[in-house]
Amino acid sequence: MKSKKNDKILKKNLVLALIVIALAVAPLLLVKNGKFGGADDKAKQAITQIDSSYKPWFTPIWTPPSGEIASLLFSLQAAIGAGFIGYYFGYAKGKKSASKSDKI
Amino acid sequence: MKKKYQVALGVFMALIFMPKNAFAMHIMEGFLPPVWCISWGAISLPFIILGMFSIKKKIELNPRIKMLMAMAGAFTFSLSALKIPSVTGSCSHPTGIGLGAILFGPTVMCVIGLIVLIFQALLLAHGGLTTLGANTFSMAVVGGLVAYFSYKLLKKMKLSQSISIFIAAALGDIMTYVATSLQLALAFPDKTGGFMASLMKFMGIFAVTQIPLAISEGILTVIIFNLLTAYSKDELIDLKVLSEEA
Repeated sequence: MKSKKNDKILKKNLVLALIVIALAVAPLLLVKNGKFGGADDKAKQAITQIDSSYKPWFTPIWTPPSGEIASLLFSLQAAIGAGFIGYYFGYAKGKKSASKSDKI
Repeated sequence: MKKKYQVALGVFMALIFMPKNAFAMHIMEGFLPPVWCISWGAISLPFIILGMFSIKKKIELNPRIKMLMAMAGAFTFSLSALKIPSVTGSCSHPTGIGLGAILFGPTVMCVIGLIVLIFQALLLAHGGLTTLGANTFSMAVVGGLVAYFSYKLLKKMKLSQSISIFIAAALGDIMTYVATSLQLALAFPDKTGGFMASLMKFMGIFAVTQIPLAISEGILTVIIFNLLTAYSKDELIDLKVLSEEA
């Protein structure tokens, strides 16, 4: 009975995850001439369009030396976060089944 | 079925309003005049202090939610690193603030959001130290408050748990970027059209890019919540997110 319930959650979550993936992939297929660049440059354009005399008064203390390094750091950030989320649910699941078997 | 229609609607609307210049991320370093940097910092500060007290109190009351809080932080950390393509032909990222705000109340995520923003400003040159106050306000303060209160309201309207969470998290995400457009419009009013013209311009850009991402964030938050309901029910009951019998 219990495993059936968990199967249901798994199925529901898989369907939901597929929707998320579809939402991310659809723009790639639908937008033909998209550059999919980092938004920052375009933001600067929009601001200078409104106020052409504006000069940024501060620059980042440290900038990743290349796009590769930047993507390394971003993926590291995502990996650390995802790693901990996985750890949490492993811990929660283990704790739950341990307390179940204690009761029996 | 309903969700599919919402997705289709979002994509459809985004295609209609597709702007040429699209961007949607945190305000870049140096791109907000000093007076605004200081003002937004000052407005955010009380929320951060409240958040610190709130974290301390919640953990004292209930030491076992510490892990759950760290997980909510990890969710934000992870999601704000994922730059996802959007229908406007540029990329933006979700914020992940909604989950923690729904679980722990609106101010706890101010602190967690601030930590994530500092990390990105220092190591990734994304966002910025001078714009930290403004970005904390839009992402952590506005996003958290909107997600928390819309969740409460939707639950009062007797909507199901999943739908309430989906809408609350998605709204929190989109309102973050509405707040960012407001901040930019206040700092850069249009020469001829003034504040409103700038606001419409930034809003058109921001809101549209963020629509599919807000939907994604809503769905991802529901996924995590389904797992929490399955494996961490006791913590959810402690936090009064779930009632005993549910």
